[in-house]
Amino acid sequence: MSEELDITETLDVKGASCPMPVVKTKSAIDELEADAILEVLATDPGSMSDIDGWAEGTAGVELVDQREDGDVYRHYVRKTN
Amino acid sequence: MSTDTPSSGEDGVGEDDLPEDREELVTRLAELEATVADLEAETADDGKKMTIIATKGTFDMAYPPLILASTAAAFGWEVVVFHTFWGLDILHEEKSRDLKLSAVGNPSMPMPNALAALPGMDRMATRMMEQRIDENNTATVEELIETAIDQEVELQACQMTVDLMDYDEDDFYDGVTVGVGAATALQHMAESDVQLLV
Repeated sequence: MSEELDITETLDVKGASCPMPVVKTKSAIDELEADAILEVLATDPGSMSDIDGWAEGTAGVELVDQREDGDVYRHYVRKTN
Repeated sequence: MSTDTPSSGEDGVGEDDLPEDREELVTRLAELEATVADLEAETADDGKKMTIIATKGTFDMAYPPLILASTAAAFGWEVVVFHTFWGLDILHEEKSRDLKLSAVGNPSMPMPNALAALPGMDRMATRMMEQRIDENNTATVEELIETAIDQEVELQACQMTVDLMDYDEDDFYDGVTVGVGAATALQHMAESDVQLLV
C-alpha cells in the first residue's frame, strides 16, 4: 500500500508470542474511538494469520493492511464502531 | 378417481385457493423473514459462546485452555472455563506456579521411559520447558490467568473436586468462581458454539 495511513496509536508487542499480540490488540482497540487506526508492531510470525483471523471474526474492527518490515510485522486495524 | 375425493392438485385446486390466501401468505412471509432475522442475529459472530472443561494439571496442559479462552475473549466471545480434578491446580495460586511436566510416558522426551522415571526427571523436564518459555517470551501460566480474568473469562472451580482435593476458596486467584457443579457446566455447554474437553 503506497498511501500513508493516518495512524491514531501504535501498539508495540514485539517479542510477545501467541496469544498476547491478539489479546493486547483487542485491549488497545477497546480504548480507541470509532474510525481510529491502530498500528501493531509484532515479531511473532503467527501474528500475520492471527490478527487477520481475529479482525475477520470480530465485530467492530477491520484489517486495513499488513506489512512485513524486516523482522517486524506491522498490522493496521481500524475501529469501525 | 371419485369426484368427491379432494384432489391433490391435478385440477388446479391449489391455484384457485392462492388469490384468497395471498394476504395470509404475505403475513406468513413477513413472519418468516422476522424469524430468519432473529436467527441470524443469534448466530452472529459477536454473540458466540465457548465452554472449555479443563481436567489436567500438568504444566503443558495448563496452556491450551488459557490461550484459547483469552483469544476467544478477544473475539468478543463469552467464555467459561470449568476446572475440575487436576485442572483445579491451574487456578490454585500456589500450585499454579509449580505445575510439572511429566517426563514419563511423553514420547516427545529425548529419553527412554526407564530413564524418565528416575527421581528428579520431571523437575528437570519442567525446568527445561520453563527456560524455553522464558527465552521465547511466551506468557507464564500466571500471566495468562490474569489476562483471562481481565478479559472477563469466567474461570470456574468445580465445587465437588474443590472439596475432594481439600482446597479452600481462598487458595484460588481472585476472580475465580466457586460453588458450581456439573449442571452449571452443562448449561453453558448447551448454550455454547464451541465446547472443548482438555
